[in-house]
Amino acid sequence: MTWGVITFPGSNCDRDCIHVLHEVLGERVEDVWHEARSLDGLDAVILPGGFAYGDYLRAGAVAATAPVIGAVRAFADAGRPVLGICNGFQILTETRLLAGTLLRNTTRRFRCRPVWVRVESTSTPFTAGMPRGTVLQMPIAHGEGGFYAPPDDLAALEQSGRVVFRYCDARGRVNPAVNPNGSVASIAGVANARGNVVALMPHPERASEALLGSADGRRLFESAIAWLQGRLQTGAPTILEAAR
Amino acid sequence: MATFRIVIMLKPGVLDAAGQAIERGLAALGYDAAGVRAGKVIEVTVPEAMRSKVDEMCSRFLANPLIETWRIEEVVAA
Repeated sequence: MTWGVITFPGSNCDRDCIHVLHEVLGERVEDVWHEARSLDGLDAVILPGGFAYGDYLRAGAVAATAPVIGAVRAFADAGRPVLGICNGFQILTETRLLAGTLLRNTTRRFRCRPVWVRVESTSTPFTAGMPRGTVLQMPIAHGEGGFYAPPDDLAALEQSGRVVFRYCDARGRVNPAVNPNGSVASIAGVANARGNVVALMPHPERASEALLGSADGRRLFESAIAWLQGRLQTGAPTILEAAR
Repeated sequence: MATFRIVIMLKPGVLDAAGQAIERGLAALGYDAAGVRAGKVIEVTVPEAMRSKVDEMCSRFLANPLIETWRIEEVVAA
């Protein structure tokens, strides 16, 4: 499979994603510049973390106007897998390919530490390869990661099974004490209606080798690879019970 | 040309972490404010023909309608 990792001016996790996909997982990877107007030939695309265009105006807002975004939109519309990580999540909400937005952390601090998330939906290429309820340890590193959606949008996200990850403790229990940034309903990641566009604040690419303390993040990439090879199916999004 | 000052504020009810931090700073100096909200101001100068586009610029890009409101004031040269 061939992955594309988009580099915006200010991206700083693009090389990490390329490293994991190529060196750890043996995939083909292309570095896609933000001025590219086509993603032809790619099987999946990643919008990596960083501070694209300096995060001026709002995190991800200026990046959402980049030339490559038209191609990302077409790629997403074609049902191909798109993964946004951290700043990539912020960019995808600014493009409105994903619902909601990311607010400054309620702690008012940039938070850089390991967290646990629980897989809430397996109806995406990135999670189809693991059981629902799987607990993954990955680091976060952000100042603006508080997921927010107005009440009606939030209800629609929950009811349609588009909440993909929730912050939890090491045993998978969701509670406000382990919500690192004030995200509504402890939401760490969401998907679009079709399930092919997924984004999360934690960094799977920084947790893909045991040497780095956790290899849990690798499971997202492995799942997408298996899905692309036709070894996994994603059905209609499952309706999930509210946070336990 | 026409210049517009756009004042963007977080909607009431959306947690304003920056406003809270500023309020704490004021309190540290002995000013107990009853509330602080932090927003941003953007001045945009456009050709006359684009006057009608300023609100659209706000809803599409300058503000995030999910969480922010905006007010547009024309800046009249002194």
